[in-house]
Amino acid sequence: MRYVDEYRDADRVRRLADAVLAEATRPVTLMEVCGGQTHTILASGIQQLLTERVELLHGPGCPICVTPLETLDLALALTELPDVTVCSFGDMLRVPGSHGDLSAARARGGDVRVVYAPLDAARLAACEPDRRVVFLAVGFETTVPAVAAAARWARDRGLCNFFLLVSHVRVPPALELIASDPERRIQAFLAAGHVCTVMGTAEYQPIAATHDMPIVVTGFEPVDILQGVLMAVRQIERGEAQVSIQYRRAVRDEGNPAARALIDEVFEATDRPWRGIGIIQQGGLGLRQEYASLDAQQLIPTDALPQPEEPERCRASEVLQGRMRPPECPEFGRGCRPEQPLGAPMVSSEGACAAYFAYRIGDVEDEIASQDPAREAQA
Amino acid sequence: MSAADEADAQALLAGSCPAPAEGDRVTLAHGAGAGASARLFDELLAPRLGGGPLDERHDSALLDAPEAGARLAFTTDSFVVSPLEFPGGDIGSLAVHGTLNDLAMSGARPRALSCGLILEEGLPLTTLARIAESMGAAARTAGVPIATGDTKVVERGKGDGIFVNTSGVGVVSPGRELHPKLVVPGDVLILTGSLGCHGAAVLCAREGLSFDADIMSDSEPLPDLVENLLEAVPEVHCLRDPTRGGLGALVHEIAAAAGVELRLEEAALPVDAPVASLCEILGLDPLFLACEGRFAAFVPEAHAGTALAALRSHPLGRAARCVGRVEPSTRGRTRVVVETRIGATRLLPLPAGEPLPRIC
Ligand code: SF4
Repeated sequence: MRYVDEYRDADRVRRLADAVLAEATRPVTLMEVCGGQTHTILASGIQQLLTERVELLHGPGCPICVTPLETLDLALALTELPDVTVCSFGDMLRVPGSHGDLSAARARGGDVRVVYAPLDAARLAACEPDRRVVFLAVGFETTVPAVAAAARWARDRGLCNFFLLVSHVRVPPALELIASDPERRIQAFLAAGHVCTVMGTAEYQPIAATHDMPIVVTGFEPVDILQGVLMAVRQIERGEAQVSIQYRRAVRDEGNPAARALIDEVFEATDRPWRGIGIIQQGGLGLRQEYASLDAQQLIPTDALPQPEEPERCRASEVLQGRMRPPECPEFGRGCRPEQPLGAPMVSSEGACAAYFAYRIGDVEDEIASQDPAREAQA
Repeated sequence: MSAADEADAQALLAGSCPAPAEGDRVTLAHGAGAGASARLFDELLAPRLGGGPLDERHDSALLDAPEAGARLAFTTDSFVVSPLEFPGGDIGSLAVHGTLNDLAMSGARPRALSCGLILEEGLPLTTLARIAESMGAAARTAGVPIATGDTKVVERGKGDGIFVNTSGVGVVSPGRELHPKLVVPGDVLILTGSLGCHGAAVLCAREGLSFDADIMSDSEPLPDLVENLLEAVPEVHCLRDPTRGGLGALVHEIAAAAGVELRLEEAALPVDAPVASLCEILGLDPLFLACEGRFAAFVPEAHAGTALAALRSHPLGRAARCVGRVEPSTRGRTRVVVETRIGATRLLPLPAGEPLPRIC
């Protein structure tokens, strides 16, 4: 495949990994921000090529993982209202709220539909005027322009039966939070290319400058990630802290001005709870006053919903902030597995815990197996 | 059945081998036994499905007994697919291929098929005729008669247009043994063609995704190709077709059944470019998409060359290649390891449930 194969080329990957190992004079720890990058790293085995010299920690960039339980509970409650259709991207269907997930709600008779674009949900509302159509709008800046376009489309047509359940999150405030952690382990970020395709790099400059952290915007293929690692290592070696772009084939400094203008028309920054982390100042996007009539929250009194409860044993907060790698969580692979997840990072396929479980559980099982005889011997 | 229904049914089924008119539909009368239902069979279904024992209209089809030492293989499968028709096939040909292939995977030469149709009130008769035509054609191409069948009609809303059940009997030659438990370290895993075309074609048709390059289902009958292989290499240990769950689910099943470790070579896995791009865009793994015209063969390494040559000499096996190998299990753990393109290793996860497109 053009544009893809060349970024998966085994020789290029190995040459880049060798260059990283040759240039890193001391061990470094980097964080890849996005779940898509995490997935590539684990699926292709990049960490094995980098040995212990470069440690990759996984960041908060899985939009499914950070969607609060309250939002999912609200979506589930909406499926029980008469005449309400809840639309969502496919991978939201299996994320559990406090009481089951959307696919279970569909099995119970709720009208839950998978869409591939927010505009499809708006079109559905236009075709079915007797139903109230709610689009569950989750995701980072990448998915926001399409939602904003759907909102504008619905408003221009005067649709009264299209609503948005908004849980959009913004990446820079989360990076700011992680960078200012006094116990921070990481020396640079590999920022998510898709987000910067839309937003550009301006918001990242102050984070790099204030916290003395290189930020390299990378793509999602193995070659992208290793080039990004190499660029970050070079900056660290030289004592620099700049925002640089590896993913030049998609990202420009100014991002996509048209998409940004669309976002600005419909949304504004707002404080938002992130699942596993808590409220992040300015960490989300909410509908502007002019679009408030689209807000799905008005369809249901929120105080009618049960208090969501997260299991205490889950260390998602530490995993999402790069203080802990998933296998270091005591519950990983023991009490917490994809069939019975304790926390969101084990639920979404892009979540760091789920990615480790999928691709590396064997190592952890080896570890558990090798620990057990020792424990017995001690007892 | 009301008199009006009866009259309708008679009118629309008048004529010898009628092509139903646009607008004619399955009614509950077609399920009532006599009258309309007999005519549905005689005039719409039998001419399309028949030839061979079905035309005898016995309660049971009579088949010749196999030779001494041979065994019978018997299998059944029900098909529910939405949409009923998709690029490269439809529920009818799929039901025939599915059951023929199940027989072939146990080393059997198929002898006869049965066909159970559950029709939903309201199904256009033109659709039914197309599906029956395609079923009949698939069976005729494979040289295996649809020997017996049954039709029922359910009320509107209680079916998905049409459900098809096919059963099949086949004969396994004396001495032929194929089983997952026979897979041993030292076997290689040969795959006969590219991955995921059927799953991707159905997904595109169902979700109305239009793609630059058309993706066609790989639905095909495999018995011939299997005979080619088994005649050249009787030492084959196991055959399996990657239907639901794709090759990913298949290798996990075999690893568990045989108590071995399976190693897949990522760079060798064949995926056609349009399927690969669809998967890129939707976040799906072609390893877990269904195939309906491919199979995996576990063959002792010494016979791999002969097996590949035998497969490649048949049109359905031209793209056959070696994609993995079988190793002993480590610490009793039966798992699937992928050797990635870049020379590292990872485990192959088994996803929970149907593949769902991701968000970004
Ligand atoms: S392994 Fe499970 S319990 Fe531990 S942090 Fe991840 S999701 Fe939470």
